[in-house]
Amino acid sequence: MQVAALAGNPNCGKTTLFNRLTGSNQYVGNWAGVTVEKKQGLMNCLQGKVILTDLPGIYSLAPYTMEEIAARDFMIKEKPDVIINIVDGTNLERNLYLTTQLMELRRPMVIAVNMMDELESKGDRLDCTLLAKRLGVPVIPITARSGKNFGALLTAVEKQMKSPTLPARPEYSGLDQLAMNEAETLVLSSPALKDPTFSKFYAARLVEGDLAAVKELRLSQAAQRRLEQIVRRWEEASRYGDRETLLADARYRYIEKAVSGAVFHKKNPGELTVSDRIDKIVTSRIFALPLFVLAMGIMFSTTFGQFGTSLKSGVERLIYEGVSPWVLRFLTKVSAPVWCQGLMIDGVIGGVGAVLSFLPQIAILFLFLSVMEDSGYMARAAFIMDRLLRRLGLTGRSFIPMLMGFGCTTPAVMAARTLSSEKDRRMTIMLTPFMSCGARLPIYGLFAGIFFPKHQGFVILSMYLIGILVAVLCGLLLKKKVFSEQEEPFVMELPAYRFPTLRNLALHLWEKCKGFLIKAGTVIFSMSVIIWLLQNFDFRLQLVASGNYSIFGAIGKAIAPFLKPLGFGDWQAAVALLAGLVAKEAVVSTLGVLYGAATNSSVLSAGIMQNFTPLSAYSFMVFCLLYTPCISAFVSIKKEMNSLGWAVKTALLQTTAAYTVSCLIFQWGSIILRWMEAVG
Amino acid sequence: MWENTLAHLKPGQHGVVRQISGAGSFKRRLVEMGITPGVTIFMRKVAPLGDPMEIHLRGYELTLRREDARRIMLEKER
Repeated sequence: MQVAALAGNPNCGKTTLFNRLTGSNQYVGNWAGVTVEKKQGLMNCLQGKVILTDLPGIYSLAPYTMEEIAARDFMIKEKPDVIINIVDGTNLERNLYLTTQLMELRRPMVIAVNMMDELESKGDRLDCTLLAKRLGVPVIPITARSGKNFGALLTAVEKQMKSPTLPARPEYSGLDQLAMNEAETLVLSSPALKDPTFSKFYAARLVEGDLAAVKELRLSQAAQRRLEQIVRRWEEASRYGDRETLLADARYRYIEKAVSGAVFHKKNPGELTVSDRIDKIVTSRIFALPLFVLAMGIMFSTTFGQFGTSLKSGVERLIYEGVSPWVLRFLTKVSAPVWCQGLMIDGVIGGVGAVLSFLPQIAILFLFLSVMEDSGYMARAAFIMDRLLRRLGLTGRSFIPMLMGFGCTTPAVMAARTLSSEKDRRMTIMLTPFMSCGARLPIYGLFAGIFFPKHQGFVILSMYLIGILVAVLCGLLLKKKVFSEQEEPFVMELPAYRFPTLRNLALHLWEKCKGFLIKAGTVIFSMSVIIWLLQNFDFRLQLVASGNYSIFGAIGKAIAPFLKPLGFGDWQAAVALLAGLVAKEAVVSTLGVLYGAATNSSVLSAGIMQNFTPLSAYSFMVFCLLYTPCISAFVSIKKEMNSLGWAVKTALLQTTAAYTVSCLIFQWGSIILRWMEAVG
Repeated sequence: MWENTLAHLKPGQHGVVRQISGAGSFKRRLVEMGITPGVTIFMRKVAPLGDPMEIHLRGYELTLRREDARRIMLEKER
């Protein structure tokens, strides 16, 4: 089986090309140990015998971000038979920067120049034959959106596989080339170099001052001194005087030479395109914020408002009124034991059903997110919101996942995939659960209605504000303690506005829904079963009549004393909180059952009034706001973080925050109340 | 302190890059995106909240924060 790799910058149409080349034959996973998405598919050529790997969109192979490391490791370890390098024809110079690095890998390559339709509509022209001759790589002009000229691209790829040709060696001028050559001699003398074809690639990394490359090649002390000599001499001979700038400058000068005479611009560079004109309005001082608020409003209200909610309850009805009774009838017919009926109906169907009902909202949200991403608005949203999130060490891109967290944590966590760096993704995922999701509202409603009937709205609003405040504090803490890496500039490309294609939207949506369904069918299924067993059996594995004798009840009783400082030390509250792990709404229904009021709300109110004071009720609400998210969210966090350890860390962070804040509120509140009693 | 940096440009003005201060991966990120000595940068606009800014170079649009732009020194003559 032959292996091809698809490499290119972000926003150059790489995903569109990948979707076109592989159809729906895709496998989406993660690169080992990181949150970077790894896509593979069978390419429809040579009788479908080529595995195409979609590398993360990167600007450079210098391995600093997780994306760059994943791409580089793939190139060095897998040695793809052919590299398909897609470049944006309307932004050729910057895109070819990565190309020069790929050329140094000395693998057979094909360059696909995308966005030819846009280039031509601007009146520009590109001489692909000349460019191909200069780079020593076949250059095929394509339009990935429409699939134009794909035949030629596939032919070129097949030809490279049958009779491979190597790209030209990028020729740098005078001193740059001298430094590279000398560094290459050092690389070739290294015993750790496994494949001499990578000598140029490593030489470039060495002169750039990449310490990881020095380590990988296990350069001797003498070799390292020699390297420093080479680079010093190179730096001293130049006016700019530093290695990073010198190499990038050498590459860009090589690119400028390669494209000169091959690209013809019709318009003056300053003239405005349609995209520029749209951008003038969308990010203008006057309209930017109102338009952004409008876009967010439409997205949020469609997903979590009337429309999304009615679809959600439709799915719930289908499960509880359609599937459940049918299964129950069947189980009664075959006279299955009572525990088996309970397990199937309450455990399996109840648990998985509760999660499945999120599917419509996830689909709607991801439709919006894909449209925003593909149209280029996502980058503008980040541009507009960046200032608000910067203090937390995040960028404007984190705003949208966090906003969605007010609807439901599960899709919000999944939305963090759109962030461009691993650090931002991790941090956003850890902070998103603090945004109070819709499932927590019934808890606030119940308690605020009983204890603060006159100030219900204000009390509920305060929950949302406390959530945001805690997120900000935890963000500052994480920035300082966990994610304090090297300083990185915030550079983000603002791609031209484009119409999203139906094909891409459909594929993306299908991918997300499929992933979620698999999750619901496997992890969430087994967790629902386990929790049901804990709720209904005691330690002797006997079916219990009432929840308080179950294993769950026992655990609740065991942890109840620890909740005493928070103001709610009775075991019913502890068990209800445990049940909230399934879904936060379950806190309310469990309290109902435990106070003997399954259906009668006045009995429930009386039970709550007996066991809570206004202060302990408020503390309880805050605890519900902040503690560990539900299973579905936890599983999503685990999947997106690609690590159980990080998911557990997230849950611990949340529970610690919940305990601390509730404790502070109850203890200080008690002191203030006592003082007020003494005074008044 | 260099007087003329990218952060000093007003929307609608051009500048030519002279040098970037700082080192390591910080600098590498910027030069890789094409901000190399001799390149002309056009300052397009500033975000509605006052930061970051949008610049145009090598035929594309890029966003930068003011604090990072301060480290991109421009040639004296405008």
